[in-house]
Amino acid sequence: MSWFKKEKAPLLRKEGKRVHVPEGLWTKCPSCQGVIYSKEIEINLNVCPKCDHHFRVTAKRRLEIILDEGSGVEFDADMQPVDFLDFRDSKSYQERIDAAIAKGNTKEAVISCAGTIDGVPVQVAAFEFSFMGGSMGSVVGEKITRLVERAIKSGTPVVIFSASGGARMQESILSLMQMAKTSAALAKLRKQCLPYISVLTDPTTGGVTASFAMLGDVNMAEPKALIGFAGPRVIEQTIRQKLPEGFQRAEYLLEHGMIDIIVPRKELKQTIARVLKMLSH
Amino acid sequence: MSMHHSFDFEKPVLELENKIHELLELSKDGTDLKSEIARLGKKADRLREEIFSNLTRWQILQVARHINRPFTTDYIRLIFTDFVELHGDRNFGDDHAIVAGLARLDGEPVMVIGHQKGRDTKEKVFRNFGMPNPEGYRKALRLMEMAERFKLPIITFVDTPGAFPGIGAEERGQAEAIARNLREMSTLTVPIIVTVTGEGGSGGALAIAVGDRILMLEYSVYSVISPEGCAAILWSDGTKGELAAEALKLAAKDLKALNVIDEIVKEPLGGAHRDHGAMAGSLHEALSRNLRELKKIPTDQLVAARYLKLGTMARFKE
Repeated sequence: MSWFKKEKAPLLRKEGKRVHVPEGLWTKCPSCQGVIYSKEIEINLNVCPKCDHHFRVTAKRRLEIILDEGSGVEFDADMQPVDFLDFRDSKSYQERIDAAIAKGNTKEAVISCAGTIDGVPVQVAAFEFSFMGGSMGSVVGEKITRLVERAIKSGTPVVIFSASGGARMQESILSLMQMAKTSAALAKLRKQCLPYISVLTDPTTGGVTASFAMLGDVNMAEPKALIGFAGPRVIEQTIRQKLPEGFQRAEYLLEHGMIDIIVPRKELKQTIARVLKMLSH
Repeated sequence: MSMHHSFDFEKPVLELENKIHELLELSKDGTDLKSEIARLGKKADRLREEIFSNLTRWQILQVARHINRPFTTDYIRLIFTDFVELHGDRNFGDDHAIVAGLARLDGEPVMVIGHQKGRDTKEKVFRNFGMPNPEGYRKALRLMEMAERFKLPIITFVDTPGAFPGIGAEERGQAEAIARNLREMSTLTVPIIVTVTGEGGSGGALAIAVGDRILMLEYSVYSVISPEGCAAILWSDGTKGELAAEALKLAAKDLKALNVIDEIVKEPLGGAHRDHGAMAGSLHEALSRNLRELKKIPTDQLVAARYLKLGTMARFKE
């Protein structure tokens, strides 16, 4: 016989007594499955306070985390894509553009800014993964190229936070050409001996990895970020093998010499500033 | 005329050609069928011309992938002299999906680099189906930088389904190898002529395709993703490649209209695979002419123009 008496739990919760929980007040961490107060995650720079899982962040939030408060000035904010190929799959490209803009985060897949990081003036870009998978078409390529050219003109370093599925199929060959264009701009920056820090965040694959994202003087990555050329599914289908544990994660790339350093989000700002200050002494 | 490796859309022509073949057999006993044979021959040519001037993009893709289409080594043999193949990236290995080396074009030394596919099963595997690993791109870059040091023009041939998507390729930095080539090719101080000869498959093609003149053979294709890959993603059905090929607008004339390429090199009637000699002849002419023009341009202007041209490649509103 038990020494305490368990009260019989009511089988049914009484109607009307339920407290209304606003949408998004709590967030379930996909890594540790913990249910955490959303505000707590946000205060923790969108990192799970229990297991350190780095949530994906919007371009705006990224810049908020990285730039000194009030220092950011956006460039090319109104540049918008056009459906010059009249591309249509189940939806037209224009419909997809409209739907992406309607999400209300950005007008394209990247935000381009001038600002300061711990006092260091930089040209900085942050990808918006929610905008068509952060894909690079004409606008993204043009914004990145102009950003690099601005950096050359003003003699400032470049910092780019990538999060992208790669080139944008709906702009076909011109998307591909953005890879060459952005890389060519970086060749000029390099000749000027201006630093470029590439920060690869979850996920960065395809044409973005195979152009500017891999060309940093210093390549940084956030913990566990998926980074690769081909997507894991494509590779699995090609070689018909299971992929090794941790394949294409930041730690794996570090091990194979593809990135310089993995930096937790909390230390990202100060690490970038520290590196930039030494490179542009 | 072999029935092998012909296209479905060529069927009416093949029927005529079979008839001609039969008549030729019949005329062996002395029957004079010359005029009839000549008439049918002309008709077959006309029909083929008509069919080939109205190919859909999906059909063009089939021509671009034809197993008997001339490959880089064929062009090297037919256009260049004194070829010396150079191997290896000096880091990891030699990639057989990219062939490269010194050769002479019209007697002048140049660096030739191109993707290489195979024809029979054994060679296909040896060439990894024309899909390079990072060491292929690094070999290409090593030799392009050598070309720059010795002031040799660079001639590249593009024909790949794409860079190889494999575990080793990822581990050895496929993305970095491609990206580096894009960056370095943009500033090389020698003329670069690129020809898309078959399949221009995405980043794996572009990694040896940044240059001063971009040519495409009439029935070659060039796109950001293979139509099958695109269909798998956007239509969630890899068999919808035909729709994707149309949507991607991957044919030479499409790219010319967008000013992404400079020139379309005409193919022999029925496609390059039907007459390697004639194809190599017209490509030779185009390469020589373009190189003569490029050689007149001072180096700094050449490199500046290359950059400016890349800058024009975008469509947007602001």
